[in-house]
Amino acid sequence: MIINHPLLGPRDASEFVYLGDESLINRPDPNSEDADDRFYEYGYLRDNPAGDLRELWYHEQGDRSWLVVTRNTLTHEITSVEMARDVAKAKGRDK
Amino acid sequence: MQYSGFKVFLEGLRGNKGWTPAWREPDPKSEYDVIIIGAGGHGLSTAYYLTKVFGVKNVAVLEKGWLGSGNIGRNTTIIRSNYMLPGNELFYEFSLKLWEGLEQDFNYNAMISQRSILNLFHSDSQRDVFVRRANAMILAGADAELADEEQLRRELPFLDFYNARFPIKGGLYQRRGGTVRHDAVAWGYARGADRNGVDIIQNCEVTGFHIENGICKGVQTIKGAIGGKKVAVCVAGSSGRVMAMAGMRLPIESHVLQAFVSEGLKPTLPGVITFGAGHFYVSQSDKGGLVFGGDLDGYNSYAQRGNLPVVEDVAEGGMAIMPMIGRARLLRSWGGIMDMSMDGSPFIDKTDIKGLYFNGGWCYGGFKATPASGYCYAHLLAKDEPHPVATEMRLDRFKRGHLIDEKGQGNQPNLH
Repeated sequence: MIINHPLLGPRDASEFVYLGDESLINRPDPNSEDADDRFYEYGYLRDNPAGDLRELWYHEQGDRSWLVVTRNTLTHEITSVEMARDVAKAKGRDK
Repeated sequence: MQYSGFKVFLEGLRGNKGWTPAWREPDPKSEYDVIIIGAGGHGLSTAYYLTKVFGVKNVAVLEKGWLGSGNIGRNTTIIRSNYMLPGNELFYEFSLKLWEGLEQDFNYNAMISQRSILNLFHSDSQRDVFVRRANAMILAGADAELADEEQLRRELPFLDFYNARFPIKGGLYQRRGGTVRHDAVAWGYARGADRNGVDIIQNCEVTGFHIENGICKGVQTIKGAIGGKKVAVCVAGSSGRVMAMAGMRLPIESHVLQAFVSEGLKPTLPGVITFGAGHFYVSQSDKGGLVFGGDLDGYNSYAQRGNLPVVEDVAEGGMAIMPMIGRARLLRSWGGIMDMSMDGSPFIDKTDIKGLYFNGGWCYGGFKATPASGYCYAHLLAKDEPHPVATEMRLDRFKRGHLIDEKGQGNQPNLH
């Protein structure tokens, strides 16, 4: 698989480390009342879809940036690559 | 029809005209006591033990494709019980004991061959870890034997004892481990279950569950609605997709694992051998091909094929312990979809929906578990309580903090 890095252009997937579902960006608030349940769901439950999945890849053998890659789990086709930083900021996070 | 050597001889004299199909192809009835979704190894063995040991009648197994079309026909056929944690080891040893009597039990030749499994170690600290695991195995009633370098040089002279980076210091043998003809396991269980009156319905994809007020009352399929007092999901790599139809999220990710077979060679490897410093395991099939594999590709996938970086990684692992295999040509490679759980251990449990049961999360260790998985799932379905060796394989164990994490990797499925 080739991942089209927004800053570096097309790079081989073997340069990257895979973390998982993009929802891992949304770390629950530890001070919320239902923090126990939310951290359980955050840490252990997954949607695991057959089809398009937005997922986190880390460019360990490169510029060490985190990317959000939209990839089809049935065909391995990659349809979009974004900087995870931009995705997090768009969700209202400060970094 | 009972199979036997005498029967083969007799049919030989009669022109082989007396053989009948190994199982029926029935149409679904409108109602069953137990519906099992998935006619793979685990689903068929569940149906077999449910009818044979626990006396449940009126059982159906529904299958999307043809029986045995999933991971039961896509694995590397290894059986073993060399685990460490009590939540696992008692279960896998129970499984190995069932394997030992399986062919007589279901009257089918599954070519079970206890040709041993050897885990190599490459450093002093790794030896300490293996000694600990061996002791845990012996405490659980399994067999374990430590071999030093001298013994391995005598028994397996082709290993690379001169590897500067990963010198072979010895290995942990489980002599009762070995290999099985994997398709025959599915066929044997299917035939056995069919003989006990189980309806195995192929090409019958489940499209939804019939759930009313938190109680599961049956399934919708492409062949119409089928009522069931108990519905037992057993679909390995498709667990996430099927349970999503019941509105459940699981502690599971689906990943692709590749396996490989070389061209046929003369007898070379006496048993199963695994590399301790990388991820590589190899055995030789009765046809002569070297059957080997390694790590997951590492990303979520439902495609039954992987990519080239892992092919290279597996080949490097093989060359590091066994340089002679560099001369063998690769014949085939394929991929299977693994239901990777958050701690690397499986689930055999009820769900919050009454009447709906779940069996999955086998990671890439499902084949060796086939008999015990079916037996323990059947126990749960028949008695509504877990079998004594499967009490820790619960869906809520992450919430309670009671993980069964053999490798200590945490909640990162692609590392288990």
